[in-house]
Amino acid sequence: MIPNWFEPAAMAAFAPLLGAVVLSTVRTARIGSLIAILASGLGFAFACQLPWQMRAGVFILVDPLSAHVSILTAFVGFTTAIYSRRYIAVEIESGRLDETRARQYHALFMSFLGFMVLALLSNNLGVTWVAVEAATISAVLVVGLPRTENAIEASWKFFLLCGVAIALALFGTVVVYLAALPALGAGYAAMTWTELARAAPQSRGTLLNLAFVFLLIGYGTKASLAPLHGWMPDAHAEGPTPVSAVLSGSVMNVGLVVILRLRSLMAANADAIDPGPPIMALGLLSVLFAAFSLWGRRDVKRFFAFSSIEQSGLVAFAIGLGGPAGTFAALLHMTVHTLAKSAVFHCVGRATQRKGAPSFQVIAGLIASDRALGLTLAVSIVAIAGLPPFGVFASEILILTETMRQYPWLVAPLVLGLLVAGWKLAARLISLCLGEPTSGYGPTSGWVAMLPAWAHLGIVLVLGVAMPTAFAGWLVAAAQAVP
Amino acid sequence: MERIVFGTLPYDLAHLLGGVTLLLSFALLSQRRIAATINTYACQAAVLALAACWQGYVQNAPHLYVTGIITFAAKGMIIPVALHRLVRRLKLAGGVDAALGIFPGMALGVAMVALSIMVVLPTTVQSQALTREDLALALSVVMLGLLMMITRKSALTQVIGFMSLENGLILAAVSVDGMPLVVELSVAVLVLVAFVVFGAFFLRLRAQFDSLDVTHLDRVGSAHR
Repeated sequence: MIPNWFEPAAMAAFAPLLGAVVLSTVRTARIGSLIAILASGLGFAFACQLPWQMRAGVFILVDPLSAHVSILTAFVGFTTAIYSRRYIAVEIESGRLDETRARQYHALFMSFLGFMVLALLSNNLGVTWVAVEAATISAVLVVGLPRTENAIEASWKFFLLCGVAIALALFGTVVVYLAALPALGAGYAAMTWTELARAAPQSRGTLLNLAFVFLLIGYGTKASLAPLHGWMPDAHAEGPTPVSAVLSGSVMNVGLVVILRLRSLMAANADAIDPGPPIMALGLLSVLFAAFSLWGRRDVKRFFAFSSIEQSGLVAFAIGLGGPAGTFAALLHMTVHTLAKSAVFHCVGRATQRKGAPSFQVIAGLIASDRALGLTLAVSIVAIAGLPPFGVFASEILILTETMRQYPWLVAPLVLGLLVAGWKLAARLISLCLGEPTSGYGPTSGWVAMLPAWAHLGIVLVLGVAMPTAFAGWLVAAAQAVP
Repeated sequence: MERIVFGTLPYDLAHLLGGVTLLLSFALLSQRRIAATINTYACQAAVLALAACWQGYVQNAPHLYVTGIITFAAKGMIIPVALHRLVRRLKLAGGVDAALGIFPGMALGVAMVALSIMVVLPTTVQSQALTREDLALALSVVMLGLLMMITRKSALTQVIGFMSLENGLILAAVSVDGMPLVVELSVAVLVLVAFVVFGAFFLRLRAQFDSLDVTHLDRVGSAHR
């Protein structure tokens, strides 16, 4: 059974991977950054065609869910590749990265991106697992690239925690296969998401329960749900900032999409436990834990990593709620958070280069010293804090109303978490962007440099103010793909 | 495929090999010297390779022989030799710094095996006898690998714990009837293992740590920020 890897659908993943192969032979970082932009742009272009190529093969699954998240990931990868060009150039000028590592950065970033899209588009649990593993290894190497003591420690911790997690996920994969064996027989079918979903009612419920535990721990670590989030703040704080932009959205999304598919698998089986409450519990724990962890953070990147854990928890909570409205809200929140958070990290990266260190003591009064950068960061934080008119506000209201309908008593802790986090984000917005500017010696950034971030923010704004009917219909279709 | 039952050769030998794999996990848990730990790991990989080949014969699945050969060559020979060289070159002390004594470690290990059996056997009542018992053995190996990672302080022995955990995964994958992609998955697991060994080399050669003691790793998380 030879899959056709060069079909347009698979090319969304293979364009960045081919880019990575080419990049490993390129000698200069400047050309490398252009190839990375080209490869991720091609990947994005192929991803944009996915909605017209719906199909479920043995290895590749293009349904509205995988297409939507793939487009999102490819888009963030593309804008971050554009952003990386200048970021890496500044890093080389300042001597924090040498030419060799800058080249490695572009190659690893592309392989990371390609494997993530492959994991999203995969219809086979085994292929998903291999792609997630490969993406993890690429991400670990990128995080360790600055070669500082802390970066190496962070990447080792990242690797061990995620390595154990994906090992447990593989055990879960074997058990899922075993659960579906009586219904589907030996062969590829029992490892295929679409076939598993079809045969879920006849699968062994007890075995699905066992698999659920392992897969939830495994992919929940990727989604950085508390208490499995240990790798996330360190990896963000120590790795190159453009990677944080992608880590924060896309890696978490891969984990969350697998959990979403798993939920629909479990829900279809009468003997299996209800997957909603455990997922909601992890989600709510993440929201509360991360919201209170925002207090007392002195590192800007670490601060926003905890904010990502909170948002991932909120998405998981909505996934646990289930139903068309819950899943719709989860997908909308995933989309707007990914876009807004990568905009935040684009700004934080520039601010760090300008002021010298990612610390709240060093970065302050940005609007006074760097108008474009400060305003962009301020708007991004307003968006991420869930304030109107941005899309995050809309998705949070949707999640809250759905919670009110299903579990009214859970609204209180959820609102508490959101308010605590929003309060701290607003306080940090004031200290970062307003007030007396600190001295900066790095290069300033004009409005043009902020274009990728504004592209993200523009989409988030439109989704918050006037969501196009076509987009709403598209998300409804994506939610229906995992009933 | 004929139904495999207790008392027939296919069943008994598969069961024996799975049992020996688990026994070697206990041996790993109780080993106190680094060189002996590496040798025990190599033995476990060799037994696992035999188990994969036997499953290949029983299930009439030739690709499992490939898994067996890869496992034996890489985990039974290349990685142990590399680890021995690493130990000699870096002049690591002979002892293993365990956070737990032998008795508590073994007692916890037995508890893990009991837990695995209690979890797996009731959930698989309708499955084939061989599959369910092999799954229980594999889960036990996974749990003991985790336990070893938790109870050892040195990065090198943690790495061996991780690799032994992966052995449990391969045992699970080869024991399940007709699982596709086993070779591909075992190669992917091998990449992960190779990477972890490379990471341990790299960490050590950087000479940024006084020892391979991973309690240093808390530094990033707490003290600095």
